[in-house]
Amino acid sequence: MKTIKVGLGTCGVSAGGEKVYAALKNEIAKQKIPAKLLETGCMGNCYQEVLLEIIDEQGNDYLYGNVTPEKVKRILDEQILQDKPIEEWIVKGLKAENEDTFFSKQKRIVLRNCGIIDPNSIEEYIASGGYKAIQRVLKEYTPEQVIETVLKSGLRGRGGAGFLTGIKWRFCRQAAGDKKYIICNADEGDPGAFMDRSTLESDPHSVLEGMMICAFACGSDEAYIYVRAEYPMAVRRLHHSIRKAEEKGFLGTNIFGSKMNLAIHIKEGAGAFVCGEETALIASIEGKRGMPRFRPPFPAQKGLWGKPTNINNVETFANVPWIIDNGAEAFAAMGTENSKGTKVFALAGKIARGGLVEVPMGLTINEIIYDIGGGIRDGKKFKAVQMGGPSGGCIPATMGDLQIDYQKINQTGAIMGSGGMVVLDETTCMVEMAKFFLRFTQDESCGKCTFCRIGTKRMLEILERITDGKGQEGDIELLEDLADKIRNNSICALGGTAPNPVLTTLRYFRNEYEAHIRDKKCPAHRCGPLLTFTILEDKCTGCTLCARVCPATAISGEKKQVHKIDQAVCIKCGKCFETCNFKAIIKD
Amino acid sequence: MKVNDKLHAQPAKNGLAGFKVELWNYEGEKGALIPLLQAAQDTYGYIPESAIDQISEIVGLPAAEIYGVITFYSQFRLKPLGKYLIKICDGTACHVNGSERIAGVIEDELQVSGNDTTEDGLFTLQKVACLGCCSLSPVIMINDETYGRLTPKKVQQLLKEYKTKAQNPQTA
Repeated sequence: MKTIKVGLGTCGVSAGGEKVYAALKNEIAKQKIPAKLLETGCMGNCYQEVLLEIIDEQGNDYLYGNVTPEKVKRILDEQILQDKPIEEWIVKGLKAENEDTFFSKQKRIVLRNCGIIDPNSIEEYIASGGYKAIQRVLKEYTPEQVIETVLKSGLRGRGGAGFLTGIKWRFCRQAAGDKKYIICNADEGDPGAFMDRSTLESDPHSVLEGMMICAFACGSDEAYIYVRAEYPMAVRRLHHSIRKAEEKGFLGTNIFGSKMNLAIHIKEGAGAFVCGEETALIASIEGKRGMPRFRPPFPAQKGLWGKPTNINNVETFANVPWIIDNGAEAFAAMGTENSKGTKVFALAGKIARGGLVEVPMGLTINEIIYDIGGGIRDGKKFKAVQMGGPSGGCIPATMGDLQIDYQKINQTGAIMGSGGMVVLDETTCMVEMAKFFLRFTQDESCGKCTFCRIGTKRMLEILERITDGKGQEGDIELLEDLADKIRNNSICALGGTAPNPVLTTLRYFRNEYEAHIRDKKCPAHRCGPLLTFTILEDKCTGCTLCARVCPATAISGEKKQVHKIDQAVCIKCGKCFETCNFKAIIKD
Repeated sequence: MKVNDKLHAQPAKNGLAGFKVELWNYEGEKGALIPLLQAAQDTYGYIPESAIDQISEIVGLPAAEIYGVITFYSQFRLKPLGKYLIKICDGTACHVNGSERIAGVIEDELQVSGNDTTEDGLFTLQKVACLGCCSLSPVIMINDETYGRLTPKKVQQLLKEYKTKAQNPQTA
């Protein structure tokens, strides 16, 4: 019997995956087709969603991309009933590793099961080798040996800062006290990042297993997963997975027949970016406003309810079972001197093939963008890549040979971050980009530190002034001065990194700021108030369309006569430019 | 914590009384305030004043402090929602692909700005940081439906469909 798998991560569902699934179910029942219908998580190549994988009796697999409910009938008729693959709908997938650089340059450790197993089935996770690592740890390891292994692997925290995971665990292990907590930080707040969501939705058990191993190493019997409430599917699948693990005796008392006890609870975050910061996250679990506090004491000494607490990110935990299974050496063999293993990136923006990708450390930015991402969309020019979200920065295209490595990325002024990688092309204005991120951090600042609360507001005002064409001499220097003060006078990383988007764009694209301020021009033709719209006389057919859409009635002209824009009345909304069917309107 | 899970799976449907009965399950539990507020919002679609008073009794915190927590987190609402909640994604990927233009079209069409509800109570706008389907950008969500790869024209068409649907509920 053939198996049909539908990719039902949030990306697949958004693209209409559930409708495809329902159509398949309906048709299979109606025609009594002998096929097994299953769901799976994110396969990674989100740009081709909805994805549907068919595995035949011989184990051959066919991946169909861009599937719609209308295509379902033909796929069932030809591929399932007549064994005739529909070549024009088939896309290359996971298994066709050598044929397509989207997958061949990737190395999937964290995403090892994503898009392959059914995330709702604990049996499938076990069948793919899951929960072996924790059993081995319980039988053969002392807590100190686990920490030693993780240390030797060189695993660093994947949440952004890149602190060595083994050292963090040791701090918590050595902290005084009987009661200790483990927290999984799944409060993925960076706009443009969806790595943790996909992992939780597609392979929740790998995260649970990583947490179990960590709890054993730190000597904890209670753990929390702090997950965004905006990720309803991840929350649902986590609840389900924890219940299944409890039923099997993998969680609760005497897990796997050992002396260890562990309960895992889920806390839903309520939407505050600052709660990604450890001490703010702890305050939020305790039911308070999520405001960071001074460190030390670090959470490893005084964390949740005042007890020693170890916090790691989703991706960090998902790496741990693999390290135990395959050995620290195998993990450390990948990557560069300072950065071991792999990193998952959410590749998005002006990229041809966006999606979830996992690459070995040490790959270059160009390899990710061109070989995996297929280059820039619509034949445009690659300008920069934004890494690390609101805490990170823009790395220019000229530095495309830069390797993915914590130190090397830090040297550019950006940060590795949690893995958002947003590609920008020539139509992106870098000043506007900096303004976008600053508006975000300004809005998300918890308000505790003066410089973060008011300084970001002042910086935002200056950037707004610049993009409105009212920039003044001295604005750049004022931005730099404020950036320096905010960075040095905020207690948490939100404030400490908030100026990064401005500083990196100033470093690599200073001429764009100067063009805005001095020439009152936006080189990327993006900032409305700095644009001039004009009608080309030789191309205008006098169709009157632009005049009809103009909200300011700034366009005049008789039918079949050349039209004209009154610059004094024009509000530069760009509606005429978008509407013109003859490319007769230009913006400059 | 089992209680939390149950409450989330099945929000109380029978109004205030039912909500109150479920609330007592939380008494004395540590860190219950945020799950309680989430439960209240699941039940009513927003957090009414009466719910704040009840929760205040349960957790033993003054209403003012609870109000402080509510306004700190973007998830919580103190006003009822419109019939259709439009979430406009302004994540980085959507932003570089023109989400501002999409937001502008929606605001123009519905004559409502920012995070507000239309006068007829039909639509509530909400700008959100990231809906997580970046490869479909720009994206909006109307209630539970996601619409991707939008253009100003597509959005206008979409809003027209929803308005018609609201006027002729039997065809919906």
